[in-house]
Amino acid sequence: MGTILVIAETFGGKLRKSTLNAITFARTLAGKTGGDFAIGIIGSGIAAVGGELAGYGAKGVYVIDNPGFANYLAAPFAKAIVALADQVGATSVAATSSTFTRDLLPRVAARLGAGMVSEVVAVIGDGAGVKFTRPMWAGNVMATVEVKSAKAVFGVRGTEFEAAAPSGGASPVQTVAIAPDAGANQRYVKFEPVVSSRPDLGEASVVVAGGRGLKDKAGFAILDPLADLLKAAIGGTRAVVDAGIAPNDLQIGQTGKVIAPNLYIGVALSGAIQHLAGMKASKTIVAINKDPEAPIFSVADYGLVADAFKAVPELVEEIRKIKGV
Amino acid sequence: MKILVTAKRVTDPDAKIRVKPDGTGIETAGLEYKLNPFCENAIEAAVSLIEKHTGEVVAVTIGNADVEQNLRAALAMGCDRGIRIDIADEQLDSDLAARILAKVYEAEKPDLFLFGKQAVDGDSNQVTQLVAEYLDLPQACFASSITIENGEAVVLREVDGGLETIAVKLPAVISADLRLNTPRLPTLPNVLKAKRKPLQVLTPAALGVDTALKVATVSYEAPPQRKGGIKVKTVQELVEKLRDEAKAL
Repeated sequence: MGTILVIAETFGGKLRKSTLNAITFARTLAGKTGGDFAIGIIGSGIAAVGGELAGYGAKGVYVIDNPGFANYLAAPFAKAIVALADQVGATSVAATSSTFTRDLLPRVAARLGAGMVSEVVAVIGDGAGVKFTRPMWAGNVMATVEVKSAKAVFGVRGTEFEAAAPSGGASPVQTVAIAPDAGANQRYVKFEPVVSSRPDLGEASVVVAGGRGLKDKAGFAILDPLADLLKAAIGGTRAVVDAGIAPNDLQIGQTGKVIAPNLYIGVALSGAIQHLAGMKASKTIVAINKDPEAPIFSVADYGLVADAFKAVPELVEEIRKIKGV
Repeated sequence: MKILVTAKRVTDPDAKIRVKPDGTGIETAGLEYKLNPFCENAIEAAVSLIEKHTGEVVAVTIGNADVEQNLRAALAMGCDRGIRIDIADEQLDSDLAARILAKVYEAEKPDLFLFGKQAVDGDSNQVTQLVAEYLDLPQACFASSITIENGEAVVLREVDGGLETIAVKLPAVISADLRLNTPRLPTLPNVLKAKRKPLQVLTPAALGVDTALKVATVSYEAPPQRKGGIKVKTVQELVEKLRDEAKAL
């Protein structure tokens, strides 16, 4: 199948761990089709990231480091990635799904003349007959698809491919001179980060999520002591994000973040189809809701029918007791 | 100003979708269809921008004749006219939809092409970006605010880690996220008026689009079902189970 070009993601000059999930996808696909993979990194002041990715078995790590790529814009980034793909002879491009890659990869696909498969969860078969599984209808349907075009682009669902472990060896790290070509019809203005001392929602091993039943910001704040105690990330349903109770970055679900932590605790949320799509791959699911008929109980390993405002402080107390803190 | 906006028909977002036993598709008996929620955000944005800046909103959809009902719903929200490209949803992939819509753009030459960020049936989140690349236009996806000033759209984007602002010169391609607005409900007079608004039907052939697919769906199946667990009676019991059984604490 040729070479798969994995696009690494960085944030603030640092590698995002989610990149490692796409490396596992690339290893899997290369293994099944007799190809190899390379890694591409694009940004400004990111040269050190290249070395970090040298131990994963890529045939090469290619770094495009240019002040003109300090801030992401889809069109110039897509141009640069396609230029890199051509240079390394890549027949496909892959990256772990995020708002960055969801924005970027389709543009890369159009420019490459490639078909794109979004949110790949599995690779089926091998050789020329290789196929891909992806969720549709909020994960209520799994579709098996095949790419008919000579080139392909893959958005990889990170929760379904483990983070790659280093495989030893040292891939050659090479700086590639590709200049940005943003043109005059788009410009970056600013970025307002959500500042939080909690773990990243997509990477946390424990997630505490709140729903509409918590009513307002003060109600949502009852999750803080629980999250502190469990070193958990906090997430929310669409309802609490729409209501301005939690920032957009914390929305879990079909059109927000897809997570699969070791422990998920859903508090005062009903479990709409759209929310379940984003968390039902979690290892252990706990639901606390005062409505015994709430759909969240149908996927929960442990359900507690209770008023969250009473149960959550109690839960904090009980966990403190067993942890002796 | 002229705005082109997508009005995709989807299955009712809250319906329980079941796969046909033979894996060739989903059970459609009894299913209701709605406008894609993200397209409703895009239509609301288009109509309110035109209320402010004056001009025309053209709604576009792709599908068989039965999607016209949903295209009329877009007209009832305030779009001035509609275009339907006649090809069944099952015969499309994201790339073909994008190549069709790029041709509609070329025929209409709008200042702005607005999309829903994702269709809640296919969940691909590709078409806006593909169209932008095919047309070599700037894109601003996942918009939660759009302001038009001095010939450019200033767009607030919902991204991982926060909110980003970019500015794209018109003509541009923008996709709507949920926080962009609250879509209006059509009033009865507007529903009646929508029935008389012009609706044009075109074919991929007439637009000169090759209908070959780049990604083909081979089969569909139901995902493995997660089994519900148990109900615990007290917080104490919950903590014990999490510690001793799930080993999650």
